Amino acid sequence: MKEYIGVDGYQALAKVLHKMTPDEVIDEIINSGLRGRGGGGFSAGKKWKICKNIKAEKHYVICNGDEGDPGAFMDRSIMEGDPHGVLEGMMIAAYAVGAKEGYIYVRDEYPLAVTHLEKAILDCERSGLLGENILGTDFSFSIKIARGAGAFVCGESSALMKSVAGEVGEPRATYIRSVVKGLYDEPTVLNNVETLVNVPTIIRKGADWYKSIGTKKSTGTKVFSLVGKVRNTGLIEVPMGITLREIIYDIGGGILDDRPFKAVQTGGPSGGCIPESMLDLPVDFDSLTEVGSMMGSGGMIVMDDTTCIVDVAKYFLEFLVEESCGKCTPCREGLYQLHKLLEKICSGKGEMSDIEKMERLSENVMIGSLCGLGKSGPNPLMSTLKYFKDEYIAHIKDKKCPAGVCPELITYKILDNCTGCMACIPACGYDAIEGKKKEVHVITQDKCTKCGACYAVCNFDSILVS
Amino acid sequence: MKHDFNKLTDIFDKYPKTQESLIAILQDIQKEYQYLPCEALEQTSDVLDVPLSKVFSVSTFYNSFSLTAKGEKVVKICTGTACHIRGAKLLQDQLENHLAIKAGETTEDMKFTLEVVACVGACAMAPVVVVGDKYHGSVKVSRVKKLVKAK
Ligand SMILES: Cc1cc2nc3c(=O)[nH]c(=O)nc-3n(C[C@H](O)[C@H](O)[C@H](O)COP(=O)(O)O)c2cc1C
Ligand code: SF4
Ligand code: FES
Repeated sequence: MKEYIGVDGYQALAKVLHKMTPDEVIDEIINSGLRGRGGGGFSAGKKWKICKNIKAEKHYVICNGDEGDPGAFMDRSIMEGDPHGVLEGMMIAAYAVGAKEGYIYVRDEYPLAVTHLEKAILDCERSGLLGENILGTDFSFSIKIARGAGAFVCGESSALMKSVAGEVGEPRATYIRSVVKGLYDEPTVLNNVETLVNVPTIIRKGADWYKSIGTKKSTGTKVFSLVGKVRNTGLIEVPMGITLREIIYDIGGGILDDRPFKAVQTGGPSGGCIPESMLDLPVDFDSLTEVGSMMGSGGMIVMDDTTCIVDVAKYFLEFLVEESCGKCTPCREGLYQLHKLLEKICSGKGEMSDIEKMERLSENVMIGSLCGLGKSGPNPLMSTLKYFKDEYIAHIKDKKCPAGVCPELITYKILDNCTGCMACIPACGYDAIEGKKKEVHVITQDKCTKCGACYAVCNFDSILVS
Repeated sequence: MKHDFNKLTDIFDKYPKTQESLIAILQDIQKEYQYLPCEALEQTSDVLDVPLSKVFSVSTFYNSFSLTAKGEKVVKICTGTACHIRGAKLLQDQLENHLAIKAGETTEDMKFTLEVVACVGACAMAPVVVVGDKYHGSVKVSRVKKLVKAK
């Protein structure tokens, strides 16, 4: 906490409490152009304004630290590394909308984030930054931590609020907005971790300063989790509007082992895959949505030519089938059937008519589902169909997986340059490889399950996947 | 299985007796016993005055909760997107084969439970396997067997 105060921490809070009215705070945030970093990109200030203007007994502020997007860990590092920034952001939001109670909803898989936040809350309570009459004003606010329990759908606003209340996290219809009727049916502001952590800086340095970074409609910076088949993996914070090429090649150092780039996936299970031809796309909320992906929370997963695009689509659908809460039929059954069709294609039994079936069904799922999970669930499939149709066709017509991933469509063979090092023999869990020291080994095809273990351990590029 | 249920009182004492505490209490129970014993659920229902059916529906909805006992060490294979494209499937296959169980199952000697999770938040070092509470990054096939050596 001392460190945080050392870098101007809680100055923004002092400034709003002593020098600004709630409306001025809201106007400043609206003016800064800050948009929600949790996926939707809704103006944070406008959300606060709606919430503030609703007359109710209580208002709540909730910080969404569920981070369900697999492959992304920005919010985790913010909560672990800068817990006070999150708290200060929440306090300012609470002051602006008139909330007395707040919650931070943290994903169950992040125990260290919980520990650090708990400590930060305790420190604030001890020094009078949380509790009654904060900094001698009549502003009072308290924060509790609610731990998630491993359900992706609980990142969705209405499901999250049910989960905070100790219920099953099923979303409800979106015509009732949670800013109007949220937690315990009271008006509630829900913001993502990264959104809130931006707030103190905006207040301290001013909206105009913030606007000078990024693009006109997407201001400020964004943190991405740059992972996958890229040389430098990790978290990066970049100004909005930077191109994908700059991110992947200049910051990421290019593709692992200098292989060809295939696609980059953004937006998690609700987003899509972007092909090489679009690498010069500026990264902001609207450009990504335009090409059928989305900003999402900031996962950026780079794929090379050994990643099978059909397998990736299948992967996301499998994830969504597991995570669908099951409340509405189009999502529950539709995603299930889409996954079945993809399994069929990956196993070499696909027909050309399946593509059309998937397109039609995707549309229906998007229209008929209640919450964002179902509404955007077919995105990974639709975007890959749009940009990588050839690869689907190769699976269906030629019964080949060009990336060498789908087990039913590939074979493993040992080439003559095998040195007979015997490394692959114990690696194969199925006793499918035979061979003596310094002699070329052989794979018994009936025993081979195409798991790829031999390929992974071979140091001499002697295993051929075709 | 016999359990010492005295610890439950300590858990209950930590929280206000409202439904809002339900998930937190279940998490503590899960942590203490590695699963949710039926008797503990009944007591939770009494203490919080929440119907048992509701306690069960919450217990089964969330992935973190398990109604069956787990092994001494829980091995979690991350199958999040970053790990998936860096070979998590192969690791899963190897571990399943080596321990002779499928993901979600426990070895007969109750030593290991194998689980898959979608992202543990360490994506930069994919593929990741978590054994107990230790994170292993950039796991290679050659290291798999060492991870689950019975000690
Ligand atoms: C299925 C689903 C999962 C979501 N998961 C998250 C999440 O993990 N983290 C998050 O911040 N927002 C998530 N959201 C978005 C939230 O519903 C909400 O829009 C967001 O937290 C609002 O904060 P923001 O305006 O600051 O972005 C999810 C939405 C849906 C439909
Ligand atoms: S769209 Fe899917 S996840 Fe959302 S409410 Fe319907 S069934 Fe549940
Ligand atoms: S995808 Fe495996 S740690 Fe995130």
